[in-house]
Amino acid sequence: MEKEIVISVKNLVKDFGTRRILNGVSMDIYQGETLVVMGGSGCGKSTLLRHLIGSIRPDSGEIWMFGKDIAKISDDEMHEVRKKYGMLFQSGALFDSMTVGDNIALPLREHTKLDANIVNIIVKMKLELVGLRGFENLMPSQLSGGMKKRVGLARAIVMDPTIVFYDEPTAGLDPVMTGVVDKLTIDLTKKLNITSVVVTHDMNSVFRIADRIVMLHQGNVLEIGTPEEIRHSKNPIIRQFVAGSAEGPISFFQTGDDYLDHLTAGNE
Amino acid sequence: MVESLGRTTLSVLKQSREVTGLLGKTLYWIFAGAFRKKPISRKNLFAQTIFSGVDSIIIVFFVDFFIGMVLAMQSAYQLEQLGATIYVAALVAVSMTREIGPVLTSLVIAGRVGAAITAELATMKVTEQVEALETISLNPVRYLVAPRFLALLVMLPCLVILGNIIGMFGGYVVGVTQLGLGSGLYIDTTIEFLTIKDIMTGLLKTAVFAMIISMIACHQGLFTEGGAEGVGRSTTRSVVTSFILIIVADAILTAIFYFAKA
Repeated sequence: MEKEIVISVKNLVKDFGTRRILNGVSMDIYQGETLVVMGGSGCGKSTLLRHLIGSIRPDSGEIWMFGKDIAKISDDEMHEVRKKYGMLFQSGALFDSMTVGDNIALPLREHTKLDANIVNIIVKMKLELVGLRGFENLMPSQLSGGMKKRVGLARAIVMDPTIVFYDEPTAGLDPVMTGVVDKLTIDLTKKLNITSVVVTHDMNSVFRIADRIVMLHQGNVLEIGTPEEIRHSKNPIIRQFVAGSAEGPISFFQTGDDYLDHLTAGNE
Repeated sequence: MVESLGRTTLSVLKQSREVTGLLGKTLYWIFAGAFRKKPISRKNLFAQTIFSGVDSIIIVFFVDFFIGMVLAMQSAYQLEQLGATIYVAALVAVSMTREIGPVLTSLVIAGRVGAAITAELATMKVTEQVEALETISLNPVRYLVAPRFLALLVMLPCLVILGNIIGMFGGYVVGVTQLGLGSGLYIDTTIEFLTIKDIMTGLLKTAVFAMIISMIACHQGLFTEGGAEGVGRSTTRSVVTSFILIIVADAILTAIFYFAKA
């Protein structure tokens, strides 16, 4: 049976100034899968994510989501699309001035006409899902990094989205908390039949959560495949990335040839 | 030299465009948006009104009281030589309501409220909270900027009225206790020389200053880049820009009122 495509990216190109960040990225994302976008720093994976959530418009290319090309729709239409997905930010991005409960309740209060009691019940249910029962009256500043991310996740799924985007969900977490967040990602995807798009470069969690992996390199899709295919890839760049070695085609040095010139530049 | 001048001009032009754009969007959300889409959050508006208005009363009280005293002593020094000390009351009243009250109160509020707005919005920007608002379909202009703009537009004139009264009271204290003027005479002279037009002129200026403070503060906050350092830089720039623009706007408005009368 053919799997249903929920997001289709076609030939995405984006320049920042004179630097080309995305150079014709194309990919399909299927219903109910966990797709991990990985790649080194500056490969364009964060930029790609910003395009998918509609923060940035591409220079050219198409992004089909919920039957619309979000690269071209109006702000009002984008407003509607945004209600259908959730986004977990790297730092959690909780609103400092509100309690945990108010943070999670905000989308419901602003976009629905639900009774206050029902909102409270939903907030408690979502907190339960991320393992933070009874935390609704704390302020974000009283939480640890891992808890903030889990509250951020609760807020991301409060409107029952069909797609959830994760920006480096395990960055800066200890190994146990990384495992907890990974397990939550898997659980949510399977239990709620959500499509998850995860941007990360944490190799341990990549192989734990991914159904499919997209490897980006210098603004291009290098390879798309299952974790097994990526692990046994012949591509030297992917091999270096998976092994995490400093030696290989991904150069640590920007340029190697004019080192002497560089050192003496500016001297009299 | 020429190049840096050109670059500065371009950057000023770009920023003016951004601020004007922000003002347009803010007005849209306050007027049209309220009927066509969603009104601004009443809870946020209330919180901002308390913060920018009520919590500023004490500092406005201090500044305007002492400046009223200074005005009285300064003018007494000159007027004594002409034997016209009683006109101290008139001078304090008119310069307080037309000039010192609006400008000084606005400068104080730019330092207190403007800086706080920029620091808060800038922190939200660099910690992805502004982007998080967007992804849950909340427009940052409607949710963050419009309540702050409206709160200041209402509260700053109130603070100025309060400051005017307190400033005149400061002058009265000096006049009665130090200059030997009768209490009743001082009040009568104040009322005689003070016209509604003076007060309205001052309040009209204040409304412009309120827009300058809130727009500059929100713009600097929302366009912040570069972490904690960026927050500090934006906050400084917000206060300095507001100060300069308030003084420049004051000069322009005073000139307009002066020449329009002639």
